[in-house]
Amino acid sequence: MLIPHPLLGLRDSQEFTYLGDASLMNRPDPSAVTAEADFCDYVFLRDNPAGVHRELWFHEQGDRSWLIVTRNTLTHEILGAELARDLPARGAK
Amino acid sequence: MKFSGIRVLKEALTGHKGWKPLWRDPDPKPAYDIIIVGGGGHGLATAYHLAATYGITNVAVLEKGWLGSGNIGRNTTIIRSNYLLPGNQPFYEFSMKLWESQEQDLNFNSMVSQRSIINLAHTDAQRDAYRRRGNAMHLSGAGGELLSRDQLREMLPFLNFDNARFPIKAGLMQKRAGTARHDGVAWGYARAADMRGVDLIQNCEVTGFDITDGRVTGVQTTRGPIKAGKVGVAVAGSSSRVMAMAGMRLPIESHVLQAFVSEGLKPVILGVITFGAGHFYVSQSDKGGLVFGGDIDGYNSYAQRGNLPVVEDVAEGGMALMPMIGRARLLRSWGGIMDMSMDGSPIIDRTPLDGLYLNAGWCYGGFKATPASGYCFAHLLATDTPHTTATAYRLDRFNRGYVIDEKGVGAQPNLH
Ligand SMILES: Cc1cc2nc3c(=O)[nH]c(=O)nc-3n(C[C@H](O)[C@H](O)[C@H](O)COP(=O)(O)OP(=O)(O)OC[C@H]3O[C@@H](n4cnc5c(N)ncnc54)[C@H](O)[C@@H]3O)c2cc1C
Repeated sequence: MLIPHPLLGLRDSQEFTYLGDASLMNRPDPSAVTAEADFCDYVFLRDNPAGVHRELWFHEQGDRSWLIVTRNTLTHEILGAELARDLPARGAK
Repeated sequence: MKFSGIRVLKEALTGHKGWKPLWRDPDPKPAYDIIIVGGGGHGLATAYHLAATYGITNVAVLEKGWLGSGNIGRNTTIIRSNYLLPGNQPFYEFSMKLWESQEQDLNFNSMVSQRSIINLAHTDAQRDAYRRRGNAMHLSGAGGELLSRDQLREMLPFLNFDNARFPIKAGLMQKRAGTARHDGVAWGYARAADMRGVDLIQNCEVTGFDITDGRVTGVQTTRGPIKAGKVGVAVAGSSSRVMAMAGMRLPIESHVLQAFVSEGLKPVILGVITFGAGHFYVSQSDKGGLVFGGDIDGYNSYAQRGNLPVVEDVAEGGMALMPMIGRARLLRSWGGIMDMSMDGSPIIDRTPLDGLYLNAGWCYGGFKATPASGYCFAHLLATDTPHTTATAYRLDRFNRGYVIDEKGVGAQPNLH
């Protein structure tokens, strides 16, 4: 798989480490009354969709930036990539 | 139709005209006491035990493709009970005992072959960890032996003992481990369940659940609605997709795992060998092919095929461990979708919806679990209580903080 890095162009996915669903950017509010349940969902539960998935890839052997890659989990087709830092933390979904 | 040596002789003398299909191909009835979703190893073993062990025969298995089209027919067939943690080890040892009597129980040759597994250690710390794991195995009665470098050299002279980075220091052997014929296992359970009255319904995809007042009362399928007293879901890599139809999110990510087989070679590998420093394990099939694999690809996938980086990684692991493998030609490679759970351990439990039960999260190790998973899931469906060897496999263990994390890597499925 080739990932279209917004700054570096097409890069081999081997240069990256995979973390998971981009909604991991949306850390729950620790002071909310429901924080305990919220964090449990955040840490353990996933949508795990069959189809389009927004996910976090870290360019470990490159410029060490975090990307949000949009990819189809049924075909492995990569539909786009953006720098995670460009997205407001709570708007990553 | 009972299989026996005499039967084989008789058929040989009469032109093999007396063999019958192993199971019927019935249309779905309007209602069943219990419906099992998923005709893989676990679903079929569950149906068999519901009928054979718990006397419940008004049961259907609904399979979206053909029986055995999923991971049960894609795995590398390793069976073992060499786990460490108390939540796991008694369960896998129970499974190993069921493997030992499986062919007699099912009257079917599933080619269970206890040809041993050896996990190699390459550092002193790893040897200590294997010693500890071996002790845990002894506590559950599974047995195990720590082999020295010299013993290993005698048994497996072709390994690269003096690899500068990963010298082989020791090996943990479980003699009772080995392999079984993966699709034979599916066929054996299917036939034995069918003989006891279970309806095996193929090309029947479950597309929704009927839910009234928090209770599941049936399923919608591509072959029409079917009512059920209870529904048990055992769909391996599709668990999140199927349970989403009941409004549930699971502690699971789906990942692809690849496997490889070489051309047929003369017998060289006795049992199963695993490389402790990279991602590579190998056994040899009865036809002579080297069957090997490594790590999951590492990203969410439902594609049933992987990518080249892992092919390369596995090949490198093979070359580091046994350089002679470089001479073998690869015949085939394929992939299957794993239900990777957040702690690397499975789930056999009720769900928040009455009448809906879940069997999932087997990661890349569910083949060896097939007999016990079927037994324990049938026990749960029949009695509404967990089987004694599966009490740790609760769905709510994540909220409660009772994860069963053999590798100790946390909630990161691609690291388990
Ligand atoms: C390459 C590879 C190597 C492996 N090696 C080993 C090994 O050496 N040892 C080991 O212990 N384990 C191994 N495993 C893991 C093991 O194969 C799985 O954990 C196990 O087979 C999963 O259980 P199952 O047999 O019930 O799954 P499956 O055979 O996948 O059964 C699930 C079934 O559910 C069906 N289904 C899905 N959705 C629906 C629906 N909506 N309606 C109806 N039916 C549906 C699917 O079609 C499928 O047939 C390996 C897996 C792979 C892919």
